[in-house]
Amino acid sequence: MEIHSNDFKARAREALANPNLQKALKLVQVKFVPGRAAAAAEFGDFETLRDAGRDIRNRALENLDLWLERFEQEATRRGAQVHWARDAAEANAIIVGIAQANGVKKVVKSKSMVSEECGLNDALEAAGVTPVETDLGEYILQINDHEPPSHIVAPVIHKTRDEVSDLFHAKHGKPRTEDIGALCREAREILRPHFLSADMGISGANFLVAETGSTVIVTNEGNGRLCTTVPRIHVALTGIEKVVPTLEDLSVLLRLLPRSATGQPITNYVSMNTGVAGSGDSDGPEQFHIVLLDNGRSRVLGSELKEMLRCIRCGACMNHCPVYQAVGGHAYGWVYPGPMGSVLTPSYAGMEHAHELPHTATGCGQCSAVCPVRIPLPELMRKEREMQVEAGLRPWQERLSLKLWGWSASQSWLYGIGTAIAARFLKRLGGADQLIHRLPLGGGWTDGRDFPAPAGKTFRELYRARKNLH
Amino acid sequence: MRVALFVTCLADLMRPNVAFAALKLLKLAGCTVEVPETQTCCGQPAYNSGDRATALTLARKVIDEFEGYEYVVLPSGSCAGMIRAHYEELCKDDPALLARAKKLAACTYELTDFLVNVAKLESVPGDFAGSITYHDSCSGLRELGIKQQPRQLLGKMGQVEIKEMSEAETCCGFGGTFSLKFGDISTKLADNKCENACATGADAIVGGDLGCLLNIEGRLRRKGDRKTQVLHVAEVLAGKLD
Repeated sequence: MEIHSNDFKARAREALANPNLQKALKLVQVKFVPGRAAAAAEFGDFETLRDAGRDIRNRALENLDLWLERFEQEATRRGAQVHWARDAAEANAIIVGIAQANGVKKVVKSKSMVSEECGLNDALEAAGVTPVETDLGEYILQINDHEPPSHIVAPVIHKTRDEVSDLFHAKHGKPRTEDIGALCREAREILRPHFLSADMGISGANFLVAETGSTVIVTNEGNGRLCTTVPRIHVALTGIEKVVPTLEDLSVLLRLLPRSATGQPITNYVSMNTGVAGSGDSDGPEQFHIVLLDNGRSRVLGSELKEMLRCIRCGACMNHCPVYQAVGGHAYGWVYPGPMGSVLTPSYAGMEHAHELPHTATGCGQCSAVCPVRIPLPELMRKEREMQVEAGLRPWQERLSLKLWGWSASQSWLYGIGTAIAARFLKRLGGADQLIHRLPLGGGWTDGRDFPAPAGKTFRELYRARKNLH
Repeated sequence: MRVALFVTCLADLMRPNVAFAALKLLKLAGCTVEVPETQTCCGQPAYNSGDRATALTLARKVIDEFEGYEYVVLPSGSCAGMIRAHYEELCKDDPALLARAKKLAACTYELTDFLVNVAKLESVPGDFAGSITYHDSCSGLRELGIKQQPRQLLGKMGQVEIKEMSEAETCCGFGGTFSLKFGDISTKLADNKCENACATGADAIVGGDLGCLLNIEGRLRRKGDRKTQVLHVAEVLAGKLD
């Protein structure tokens, strides 16, 4: 996907001024946040479950290479073909190659963020293969001139119902309706024939189970199951970090993922795909290709950011992030928004393309407080800020002010004088109502807020004076 | 109890009364309080901005100034959190410094937490009469578990009514340098906080972190609200200062 993460500020400003988006984003706070809280409370000991989730993911990452080889062994044994892709270009080439080798004209797709990461749809179309998105949200985006998703679980969370009604009316040619059942039926009537006539189905994978060589997807719509069992070829594209050792491990993560994502104890469909259709099977693909993508993941594994690879793509972090709640996902400019996007985008797409993102956080910590696998997201963002400082990627004004602050705060006497001057200056600036309406160099603050004036003398000088009196 | 008070750079520059209030409360709790003279800043702005070197310089200074006391107390969840939750990581490359940092962290407390759980202050001299709503600052809440402590202390004041706001635990949008770098988002979050706080009808918004309070007050006043008070919990608990 094209990256626009360095436009975060401008996009955020637009987002704040967009009443439709602000209305749509309320759903995140009203539905997903209480949903998760209720599901966690109802489960009982959710904290122990989170510990277990973290430990399982760590165990997989500690010996990622071995678990991946085991996965390949088990998958191959059951009839699947495993492919290894170093980067997006290689993954696209592999999948296009499979399509061309098998005369594939049309592909039905179950939602896959990794396919967005690779820009797979563009590669397929360039090769004369038509991809049809079948997840309702992704379908909506596809017919809206390939608009990108804004959330990793609910791709069209940024759209209101009447926006979808307008879109369907324009693209389907049917009378405009706002009835959700009717809208779904329209989409279903269009998608059904595609499921039945597609030569190939492409999915992602929420998890890869090494023990059985299976890919696992969780969906609410059933389109995932249709994509992966009806067409004669199934291609699963996913990141190498998704592997978990055993079915038992999977069951813990399946308890965590839906609860953390939408507040459901389980999604409507949990689908495990293993091998290919045998002679006794009435459905299932003839060919099952699993494409394992690196695209920077092994580099992250060897870095200080490796805990990010525990991510199970639930979206809880962005749901609970006050910044995401205010500006939505498009502001982040790439595939992965919110806190996890702020860590992953610089890692996968390059720090120079996303240097703002690690700073788009207040450090409130609500993301890591809800992460099902206890990723210390604020700490990882802070580490990325360190990397930027080390690489000289921060604006000189920021570097200079921090150095000046650090230097003056180290010279106590100088600091005392400087702050005494500042306290008087700012108090004077505050005028009669003791409020500063325009802070020099502080437009970021005073554009939208007053800055309360200080008392006028520092504690240090007042305390010293008080001590001298006694 | 021999306590060192670390007033924090914001209290020193902006609201000395918060520091004097903390001093009064600690003395009432029976502590011998010293205020190390050369104190300045805990280094958090530099640390959060990724400038490790500057942060480390300030951390060394803090450790030099504050080690050797039985307790170190701060009227700020984020500054106390910096020492208690982050100095260990910051000092990890210098074993001797790390050992000292860990010792310091173990005896560093946010004010309300110290008063409730260590000093076990029985009563507070504050004379505020009216309703208040409490904003839970993020670092205090999530790094140090500050939630019940301020409410418990405020609960000792007979004429104070605590009205909980919706989303009390949601970030006010300050976030340190975030408030300048992403001012429009910060303002929106401050606005949400103000709306939620004012919806309670409380006479005062109270909290334990000056960064948050300046942010909330700044937005309130820009919206035209000159009535609702914005106070640090130390000021409310301590009452009149001479």
